[in-house]
Amino acid sequence: MRRHGFVAGFLLLPVALYLVFVISPYAQAFQIALTDWRGVSAGLNYVGLDNFRRLFGNDAFWQAIRNHAVLLVALPLATIALALAFAYLLNAQGGVKGSGFYRVVFFLPQVLAVAVVGVLFKAVYRPDSSGVLNGALMKVGLEPAGWLTDQRLALWSIIAVMVWQAVGFYVVLFSAGMAAIPKDVFEAAALDGAGRLTLFFRITLPLIWDTVQVGWIYLGIAAFDAFALVNVLSIEQGGPDGATTVLATEIYKNAFGYSRFGYASAMGVALFFLTLTFAAVTMRVTRRERIVY
Amino acid sequence: MSPNRRDVLRGLGLAALAAPLAACATASRTAAPAPTATAAATSAANPLGVQAAGPLEVVIFSGGNGDKYAVDLHEAAYSKAYPKAKIKHVATQKVGTQLRPRFIAGDVPDVINNSGPEALDLQALVQEGHLADLTPLFEAPSLAFPGKKVKDTLVGGVYENSLIDGVPRVLQYTVAHRALWYNAKLFEAKGWQVPRTWAEFNALGEEAKKAGIALFAYPGQVGPFYQLWNLVYSAAKIGGNKVIIDIDNLADGAWTAEPVRQAVAAWAQIQKDFGDKAYFGLDHTQTQIKHLQDKVLFYPCGSWLENEMAKEKPDSFEYAIAPVPSIGAADAMPYEAIFVGVSEAFFVGAKGKNPQGGLEYLRLMLSREGARGYTELTKNLTVVNGVVDGLQLTSAVNSAAKAQEAAGRNTITDARFETWYKELFDYAQTQTNSVMSGRSTAEQFCANMQKKADELKDDSAITKQTRSV
Repeated sequence: MRRHGFVAGFLLLPVALYLVFVISPYAQAFQIALTDWRGVSAGLNYVGLDNFRRLFGNDAFWQAIRNHAVLLVALPLATIALALAFAYLLNAQGGVKGSGFYRVVFFLPQVLAVAVVGVLFKAVYRPDSSGVLNGALMKVGLEPAGWLTDQRLALWSIIAVMVWQAVGFYVVLFSAGMAAIPKDVFEAAALDGAGRLTLFFRITLPLIWDTVQVGWIYLGIAAFDAFALVNVLSIEQGGPDGATTVLATEIYKNAFGYSRFGYASAMGVALFFLTLTFAAVTMRVTRRERIVY
Repeated sequence: MSPNRRDVLRGLGLAALAAPLAACATASRTAAPAPTATAAATSAANPLGVQAAGPLEVVIFSGGNGDKYAVDLHEAAYSKAYPKAKIKHVATQKVGTQLRPRFIAGDVPDVINNSGPEALDLQALVQEGHLADLTPLFEAPSLAFPGKKVKDTLVGGVYENSLIDGVPRVLQYTVAHRALWYNAKLFEAKGWQVPRTWAEFNALGEEAKKAGIALFAYPGQVGPFYQLWNLVYSAAKIGGNKVIIDIDNLADGAWTAEPVRQAVAAWAQIQKDFGDKAYFGLDHTQTQIKHLQDKVLFYPCGSWLENEMAKEKPDSFEYAIAPVPSIGAADAMPYEAIFVGVSEAFFVGAKGKNPQGGLEYLRLMLSREGARGYTELTKNLTVVNGVVDGLQLTSAVNSAAKAQEAAGRNTITDARFETWYKELFDYAQTQTNSVMSGRSTAEQFCANMQKKADELKDDSAITKQTRSV
């Protein structure tokens, strides 16, 4: 009994902080989603599910959902594929020459704040000859591209930045996973005549599958965010013509631009369930027998 | 007995739990009680009934104009008039973020400069009764011109602009002119004339093209509203101010009206023939630098432009304003017609501790010293008429003053849907980029805008505003 009290004493403060700063705002968002609160009154006026009815009839909402769907597939796929390839190259048979250096280089984008990355890529994607990409294109006599102003390119340009920033972290994550695989497994397979590709797909990948699964969920959750980059990089906040808008951008616009906190909260609630559903579905789909070694 | 460790921890936990919950967004379910602000007796010297010792809190948006003017001029004047009053000065760049919780808690400042990207939604505040009625201020005797009411010392349109649901609630403090800006020195060197008709505009475009200059550009990344203004003002030139008034009133077919379509089509043609699509991805600063480098001939903006670019402006550049060229031969307004509008919103918190002091503060801002000093410090004209004689102004402001003189009574009215229905304004910006870059036609622009306006009109949750002038 004394021990329980002791443990509770330690937990009380963090749990209290968590309740106040995480759980209670969540709960309040659910409550505010049922009101037409405009952010400056003390009282709440309940309007039932009206906000959700508006939400499902709103084009901008569905456009954001479509963009999330693209992000959800492209971001984890590209990031994990690249990270696995890099991690394998860095680790297989002691790694390529200078792998320690590459590991640091890959990780560098991770330590930059998202806003810094945004400003950096603003210069990269700048549409005139001062832009890094377009400057190079124009030097070799090609037409400059509207990286962020062309509807077909804009979302992919932003996804590329997200992948660039995320890859380093997953290289480190997967490297750690690979380092934990006992050497003799590889040696045994190599003796049986397995090539490098076979080693990767038959041994490395299955043995770090748990790590990949975690990475997939992290990246999926990141795909439901993307707010900061969209806000800094995109034209007209989620444009052109809503091609890069995400739910967080719409929430921000409605809450702080149009003072429609009730409606924005309803969107937040929708986002909450989307993220939760995604995590549950991913866990279910990628579930496998655990390999014990 | 001293408290043991566990008690301390428990206490900490409870304190952490209790404090923020009390300050939770909507913790108290009843409206904050109105403070007991009692007015002193009014007199000729104190027409607004200010309590001499009442503290005053002033919140200033510290953007392009800074907040020095408030401290050095207006607050100093208030202190001089009421030496016993304590003044609290708050400078912020995030008006909404900083003040929203205070409105909820009922701890409201007295004077608020509601400007900048995070300005508060006035409609929401009016619904909650947070904006003081400014009628006593407008009816009070002016400090600038003895014998006149404050209302009668201001440039036309200020009073009309202050009305929300028919009651004056917001004082717009500065005057701004919006049209096309160009480099007067470049025009002189090249021997070019400012175009008066659309044909001349096109002809100059060809000339400029030969010199490697884009005739026109607007910043598509963060400033598509500069071009939206252009479209709306051009439409008003063709069809008269009624075009804008109809748009503001969400009238049926306001956006599909012929003048709007004509103006949009004309501008889309200019962009297509003489524009550079790179500008759709540049922000206003980048575009304004290009303008200063003579890579862009005409740039749509307001008369604050020179102030904004003062540090970057080379000596070879002299800002001058040109009205938008006439699109048709039978336009309702002459070529000289130009937009003269007001900005920099100030309001008084109705539920603050000292609303009378707030009104008096605004009256001091509209005094001769207050207004003239403001122009001297920020190079912006205020809404007070005739107090800037002999002041050294920027070439942009001088040029704008001349243009206003030439326009005479032909001024283009301000489009109020910009603040009344911010969602419509944002949507219009998206549509502007869309039509200017050729993704949609002028007809589609009109149809899309009309559809959105109709949606807002049918939405009972949105409070509607109307105007007749």
